[in-house]
Amino acid sequence: MRIFDPHIHMTSRTTDDYEAMYAAGVRAVVEPAFWLGQPRSGVESFIDYFDALLGWERFRAAQFGIAHHCTIALNPKEANDPRCAPVLDLLPRYLAKDGVVAVGEVGFDSMTPEEEKAFARQLEMAGEHGLPALVHTPHQDKLAGTRRTLELVVESGLAPEMVVVDHLNEVTVDVVDDAGCWVGFSIYPDTKMDPDRMVAILQRRGLDKVLVNSAADWGRSDPLTTAATGRAMLAAGFSDDDVDKVLWRNPVEFYGQSGRLLLEAPDADTTATFEGNSLLRGERA
Amino acid sequence: MTTPLTPASGALLQARIEQVRRDPASIRTVFPALAREVAREDGVRVAVLEALGETLAADGPRLLAEVRDLYRHGDADERRSVLLALHRLPVGDDARDLVDDGLRTNDTRLVAAALGPYGARVLDDASWRQAVLKCLFTGVPLSAVHALDDRVDADLIAMVSAFADERTAAGREIPADARTLLDRNVPQES
Repeated sequence: MRIFDPHIHMTSRTTDDYEAMYAAGVRAVVEPAFWLGQPRSGVESFIDYFDALLGWERFRAAQFGIAHHCTIALNPKEANDPRCAPVLDLLPRYLAKDGVVAVGEVGFDSMTPEEEKAFARQLEMAGEHGLPALVHTPHQDKLAGTRRTLELVVESGLAPEMVVVDHLNEVTVDVVDDAGCWVGFSIYPDTKMDPDRMVAILQRRGLDKVLVNSAADWGRSDPLTTAATGRAMLAAGFSDDDVDKVLWRNPVEFYGQSGRLLLEAPDADTTATFEGNSLLRGERA
Repeated sequence: MTTPLTPASGALLQARIEQVRRDPASIRTVFPALAREVAREDGVRVAVLEALGETLAADGPRLLAEVRDLYRHGDADERRSVLLALHRLPVGDDARDLVDDGLRTNDTRLVAAALGPYGARVLDDASWRQAVLKCLFTGVPLSAVHALDDRVDADLIAMVSAFADERTAAGREIPADARTLLDRNVPQES
């Protein structure tokens, strides 16, 4: 089973997780920029975070044979803090970079006017940079938030197939399907969605335009729920090819729209990576 | 470059170099896009940095500000290319802060690039020795250290020797590069 986890916050995870993920078949991930639990107090804090996503975390993942990508955005929760909102002006510098495969996570947390303003502006930026958008849906008032999300996507002029609306469930999936966006599901140990409920949704609506992720972060979560979902699919009668489509080809198709995927397999051997990769390529004798 | 550019990529690189010569500030958006537009090679980014250096040779402060900005806002690949290009740029010894930054990371690609010709030139002996020792700790091959044999001294050998003793005491293996260095530079009995 080869797995591309399209939404996981590796910054919060340990090297044990990286080893277990590789053993389970994970070879690529996307780490969306999000809230760190502890609120940030200014723009510089975001910059260091973005640099870490593009630098240190990509390097760390490569040590374990996993290709690491990220998405960059001002998250909805911190869009409400006037000390943080100016980071929007610095985003274009990051949205130009390789390995930045979408704008995200954007969307709503508490459905405030500030959130809506940052959300709409960042959907525009996705269009300006030819990037897909990864949209977080709120934990509370989820259906209303999802509907308003879809209205903003239409207003932005972004093609629906360039948008994934994430953290969906049985109640919110149909409106997103009807809008033509990609549907995203976060499989959690005890909230959001579990592998068997996920399989039931796949049986009902099919395997196109769906992303399954662990969304593992600093909270109670499990980086191996993608693999668990693959096993649940097989147990329910789906084929190996079906699992490959959902857990690998779909994320490659969605994020591939950015033209910025870095899927040439990183070498798990640090020395080989170091010498075989491009360190010495700058030297022109 | 490790692999020759295709004619189309070569032409695009030339166009980007000319663009930066005409409008040096355009490097801010040109530089991060070079890997996907031209080739994923440090040599491509280094070539554009050299063009920037030639264009702004008469305005040192502006060149230094532009290079620092590219490093500050660069991803790890871009930062490595800046470090690899520094000795080809007319910035004197004033970009040492970038070398120090690269050495503070634990990213072996940056540590190695920081110990290229520019790092060899600007680092004082104490910092340089610590950097070489860091290579042994983090697994950067000493072949990445520019002019290692010219600069190795008794103090470095003493440090590496102590490092080897610690490894031995812990029942851990001594890195092959450390052994080689010690074998070639037997400490003098005093």
